[in-house]
Amino acid sequence: MFYREAGQFKNTYHADQAIFPIIQDRWFMALVLLVAFVVIPLWANEYWFQAVLIPLYIYAIAAIGLNILTGYAGQVSLGTGAFMAIGAYATYKLCTAFPDLNILIVFVISGFFAAGVGIVFGIPSLRIKGFYLAVATLAAQFFILWLFNKVGWFYNNNPSGTITAPPRELFGIMITGPEAHALTRYYVSLGFLSVMALAAKNLVRGRVGRSWMAIRDMDIAAEIIGIEPLKTKLMAFAISSFYCGVAGALFIFCWLGSAETEAFDIFLSFQIMFMIIIGGLGSIMGSIMGAAFITLLPIFLTNVPPMIGIPIATDLSKHIEEIIFGVLIVFFLIAEPHGLARLWQIAKEKLRQWPFPY
Amino acid sequence: MEFMENVFVLPFLDIADSPVFFLEVIISGLLSGVMYSLVALGFVLIFKASGVFNFAQGAMVLFAALTLVGLMEQGVPVVIAILLTALLMVVLAILIEHMMLRHLVNQEGIILFMATIGLNFILEGVGQIAWGSDVKKLDIGIPDQSFEYAGMLFNTLDLSAALIAAIMVTTLALFFQYTGTGRALRAVADDHQAALSVGIPLKSIWIIVWSVAGLVALVAGILWGTKVGVQFSLVLIALKALPVLILGGFTSVPGAIIGGLIIGVGEKVVEVYWGPAFGGAIEGWFAYMLALAFLMFRPQGLFGEKIIERV
Repeated sequence: MFYREAGQFKNTYHADQAIFPIIQDRWFMALVLLVAFVVIPLWANEYWFQAVLIPLYIYAIAAIGLNILTGYAGQVSLGTGAFMAIGAYATYKLCTAFPDLNILIVFVISGFFAAGVGIVFGIPSLRIKGFYLAVATLAAQFFILWLFNKVGWFYNNNPSGTITAPPRELFGIMITGPEAHALTRYYVSLGFLSVMALAAKNLVRGRVGRSWMAIRDMDIAAEIIGIEPLKTKLMAFAISSFYCGVAGALFIFCWLGSAETEAFDIFLSFQIMFMIIIGGLGSIMGSIMGAAFITLLPIFLTNVPPMIGIPIATDLSKHIEEIIFGVLIVFFLIAEPHGLARLWQIAKEKLRQWPFPY
Repeated sequence: MEFMENVFVLPFLDIADSPVFFLEVIISGLLSGVMYSLVALGFVLIFKASGVFNFAQGAMVLFAALTLVGLMEQGVPVVIAILLTALLMVVLAILIEHMMLRHLVNQEGIILFMATIGLNFILEGVGQIAWGSDVKKLDIGIPDQSFEYAGMLFNTLDLSAALIAAIMVTTLALFFQYTGTGRALRAVADDHQAALSVGIPLKSIWIIVWSVAGLVALVAGILWGTKVGVQFSLVLIALKALPVLILGGFTSVPGAIIGGLIIGVGEKVVEVYWGPAFGGAIEGWFAYMLALAFLMFRPQGLFGEKIIERV
């Protein structure tokens, strides 16, 4: 009843190929953007920005990146954390070396650095696949973090070994650094997420995305119909790493403020991987939903039980959180391998007829 | 220039300088390699029989060790505690088969792999809730002393580990080769469908394999726990076992052993002689880089089955 495409005729190819061909979807997206850009900033406070919303948007960017690689191109990667670290450290180096450069441009350039390294570590994917590739990306994870830890040049030899976001402004407004207001950082992360999600959405429904999916579904058949595995796989690695790199840069500059390499360890890689499993492999929307889920779950677990009168010790709640993560992952793989994105789709199907089934 | 000298000249001079020390490094590498092999063995068993790449092997090691320590802290005698833990690992295998694997039949390998990552988290959480997350000392009576022989330093614990590993591998090899169950396991590893069609019960085979892997995890847990204490970082040795698997091949038991030895020796030698040139702590990634380089030339590992695929 509320969600049906009947009566919506498309007269042009242009209209037929729109990202959201159905008017309800367009309204829904407009509503989501309105809430994200206008309603939330009016209502949220510092805690919500810092603990929930900013990390959510940044994780979502990384999750989209990993989903491009794993969900669309079918190449498993456990090195997401390392690629995020490259983005963060590249931003730090560029920022301190060229203080006058526009910070947004620095973020994008750092993404390109990550993409370059991603290509290098993607080369093994041409010979190996599946688990073997996962192990190969672990090499990236450990090696890159070791490098950033050992070589002082990367953190400008400062004695604490951390990188700190220097204050940078754009149009007179502080964007990074300790004085930047949470609202500004919120808008920066949200802006990046919106643009990059839109770009990813367009990418995966075009020729590039289709060649990724062909490689994922059957590489031999894909090669026979004229898709070059070399180019396609490396492109997936590059673009995925670009997303992760930008996410990593925002991770430090818009969220944490300063961090060591430990912030990017293997557990971050796993976390991003869970986001795409729970959200849905091969779905942009799913990446965002998965990121929201994984970010909100710990907050839910730490806040809700005390509220309803069950006190849980901090370390216990951490372990319970682990168990719930594990159970959810197994549950999703068994019950709904396509994740939250698929549930969303089913909900839409149901809405077509609800509340009048006949 | 100094760096080049540190990499290409000095280490060899050091080696030539004191060959006894070099031998000692190699032997200590071999012995720590045995420990890696023990973990890798658990992976290989499960991968061979069910095609599941069991990421939770490290968590199983931790879980077994935690349970053992926990039981011993309750005052249970060592032998009974070990038996109880072994029983628990079997129960765990049955649970895993019933709750997880059964529902994931016919899924792609990568889905199963991710499911075991989930299992990994469940086991970590449950183990630490049940027995606490402090570092615990495990002492089941294996002596941990150093002694000198022929000018080289040995550790009794390392030697016992090597001995236990040797016994275990021999037992497993005999089990696979000469018992009916072992033959069934090999049949399943070879071809699921053919095994099913000649009447081998796939589900009970999976339970057996996961139980055996659980027992291997228990042995690994005992040895690692005695060596470094029972703590959360035991999970990370599972990550160390991955390059071992790559070197040895995912489907080969001897491969797991030899891969472990190569990684153990390589790590030690590189850390001692080349570590200073790179600023130390290269143990963390050396094994992965070695495996990565190796993958480029021999993707199936040293002893793995040759898969010919030209894409």
